[in-house]
Amino acid sequence: MKNLDSVFAAYLVGWAIFFAYYLTVARRTAALREDLERLKNLLNRSK
Amino acid sequence: MKKHILGGAIVLFLLVAAAYGALYVAPTERTMGTIQRIFYLHVPSAWTGLTAFFICFIANLLYVVRRQPRWDWLGVSAAEVGLTFTTVVLVTGPIWAHPVWGMWWTWDARLTSTFVLWLLYVAYLLLRTLVEEPDRRALFSALFGIFAFIDVPLVFGSIRWWRTQHPQPVVMGGTGSGLDPTMWRVLLFSWLAMLSLMTLLMLARYGVEAMRADLDLVRQEAEAA
Repeated sequence: MKNLDSVFAAYLVGWAIFFAYYLTVARRTAALREDLERLKNLLNRSK
Repeated sequence: MKKHILGGAIVLFLLVAAAYGALYVAPTERTMGTIQRIFYLHVPSAWTGLTAFFICFIANLLYVVRRQPRWDWLGVSAAEVGLTFTTVVLVTGPIWAHPVWGMWWTWDARLTSTFVLWLLYVAYLLLRTLVEEPDRRALFSALFGIFAFIDVPLVFGSIRWWRTQHPQPVVMGGTGSGLDPTMWRVLLFSWLAMLSLMTLLMLARYGVEAMRADLDLVRQEAEAA
């Protein structure tokens, strides 16, 4: 099985890129959710 | 939340099954040998990236015609996801090329047009960071996105119209092109797995834009109070 290491490397790098992108989206979602909750709480307190 | 976990689990299962098919089910190609198995990641990623750019193009057109923010949200989501898939194509291609061609990269029509496509969508995303006013940002990026899509037919046609170092098409190619039936099945299954991943990522990214709009509304409400 010549070049099998290259095949595994390609799959590993490919999946890592997808996973890294998913992480950035998840982080952005979490940060926005936190901001939204904080603002809603501020609004409720001021009412 | 349960829906997200279920969706993620299905996509993960499809990706693992596609990798298993590529490594253990598909027959070994006669000329290139084992290294050709990268084909089942490289080609479906390319097709999925082009599909995402097509969705971006349609969303951009719809934004220009209707001026509804949801088309802008879909456009930017599709552009980011398409860019991610194209990045995978540009990284896995050289890993495949090096043992076969004896070089990592060459500026032939297919590789160059794909790299230009990647640059165009990076520019699309950068442009969005330069315009602050939301309506102007959405319009400018929609117009730029329509222009950027011109490169997609060039990427598709490059290996059909010009002689390239990149292999000639095995799908929708000329006479003598084609694939072994098992290779076809594994390729189509891998593409299905990639399309499911694209849908998952695009929905998650669209959610970010929707949440950002909610946040702006609440902010305006807080300022008025």
